[in-house]
Amino acid sequence: MAVTTTALAVLAGGLLGPALLTAVAVVVPAVVGRILGRLLRTALLLTLPIAVSVLLVNLFFFPAGREILFQVGPIAATAEGLGFALETLARIGAISGAITLFYLTTPPSELVLDLERRGVSPRIAFVTLASVQTVPALVERAATITAAQRARGLDTEGSLWRRLHGVLPLAGPVLLGSITEVEERTMAFEARGFTRPGRRTLLWWPSDSGPQRLARWLLVLAVPLLVSARAVGWLGWLG
Amino acid sequence: MLALESVTYRYAGAPRPSLHDVSLELGEGEVVGLVGASEAGKTTLCLIASGLAPRTVGGTLTGRVLLDGEDTAPLAMDELAGRVGIAFASPTTQLSGVAATVYEEVGFGPMNLGVARPELIARIEEALAALRIEPLADRDPAQLSGGQQQLVAIAGLLALHPAHLVLDEPTAQLDPAGTAMVAEALAGLAAGGASILVAEQKTDLLAGICSRVVALDGGRVVLDGIAAEILADPRLTKLGVAPPAAVRLRRAVADANLPAAALARLEHALAAPR
Repeated sequence: MAVTTTALAVLAGGLLGPALLTAVAVVVPAVVGRILGRLLRTALLLTLPIAVSVLLVNLFFFPAGREILFQVGPIAATAEGLGFALETLARIGAISGAITLFYLTTPPSELVLDLERRGVSPRIAFVTLASVQTVPALVERAATITAAQRARGLDTEGSLWRRLHGVLPLAGPVLLGSITEVEERTMAFEARGFTRPGRRTLLWWPSDSGPQRLARWLLVLAVPLLVSARAVGWLGWLG
Repeated sequence: MLALESVTYRYAGAPRPSLHDVSLELGEGEVVGLVGASEAGKTTLCLIASGLAPRTVGGTLTGRVLLDGEDTAPLAMDELAGRVGIAFASPTTQLSGVAATVYEEVGFGPMNLGVARPELIARIEEALAALRIEPLADRDPAQLSGGQQQLVAIAGLLALHPAHLVLDEPTAQLDPAGTAMVAEALAGLAAGGASILVAEQKTDLLAGICSRVVALDGGRVVLDGIAAEILADPRLTKLGVAPPAAVRLRRAVADANLPAAALARLEHALAAPR
């Protein structure tokens, strides 16, 4: 759903298309899943820096801008720039909403199980999940090593130079520790039969209801339809 | 039966072998303790017995490792996984990292081996019960304490139902209660016919579960015999291994010239549950 919503957001032009898409594919599922508040907060946090820069750049520096709204010193804000910025923001909103919805509703372990159920190799599925889960583990390890080094007098605060100087003694243990961990984890995986060829037994898998399947397929079908409609110019009414 | 015949092993790039001409045999239902100072070769021996060395670790091995009389040299690691299991000292690296709950984590090994679902569920529940960690079943393994993670890792090993178990300091991060649970589970497995090799610093644990103890020094077997005799052998201390509390108590009582009745009462107090 996140992938097709993203594709549709790129294909749909103007303000109305992405806004409708956001309402149907992001807001409605979020309301049903009772996560609208969390979704809005997370999506806003994700998009705020890029949204601000998109707005400022287009408002003041849109190349085809003619109709001046107001001046800030020598720089003029144009109506064309504002319009383009709002259209871009609508697309970004739909994309970040779709990604946030996916993140908030899909635990990584469920994603892996579902990929495996659909025939994806457990190794690929594991790499997908391990990549997601390695970051917090690395952060935790770095925090532990930082605390240990600071307890032994390492200064990791103060000026930029001092902080950079403090990073070097941390990088070694974090990297070497991670490499050792990978080696031990590999042995543990091998000892538990992970390299055995053939399909694994799955203990459970995420439910996939009829309405969920229908919504997914409708979104997938909408992609070629939208491409065709755009090609023949039927989407002019979207702005 | 798990047997090592004249095994010599050298890690890749190492100037000399870490194990020299080691022969060892574990019979059905036999629990053998492995002791020795740091770098004596305990972990290396565990890796070889489990099949991880040289398959995964690399290095060169001479001699033979036999499982129920079959030479393991031509077997791949996944063919050994259901027959010989290994647990390490560090719990974090033994957990798969892909399971959302302890229940799934315990089932990770049998799932890999393609065990049918009803049997898989039975094995998981049996392993959780053996270590009395059923209350942890729905917890996220990453959020558990080190000791709890180690129990989960051992439960995952038990769920594989291997005929031979190799444990490298399995209770290093466990408190006395956790250690007792592991000891009980191992005794149960041995009673069921599993042969078990346990490398441990905690000689009290070995005194409670092992029928035989082997001591390593510099990669060679230097002592091998009945557990009670080896653990009471004065040479063990010289190898850098602390004898069990009962042995130390007996020696202290003998040094202090206390009557035999006092020793009996002290030993009784030591053996009583805390």
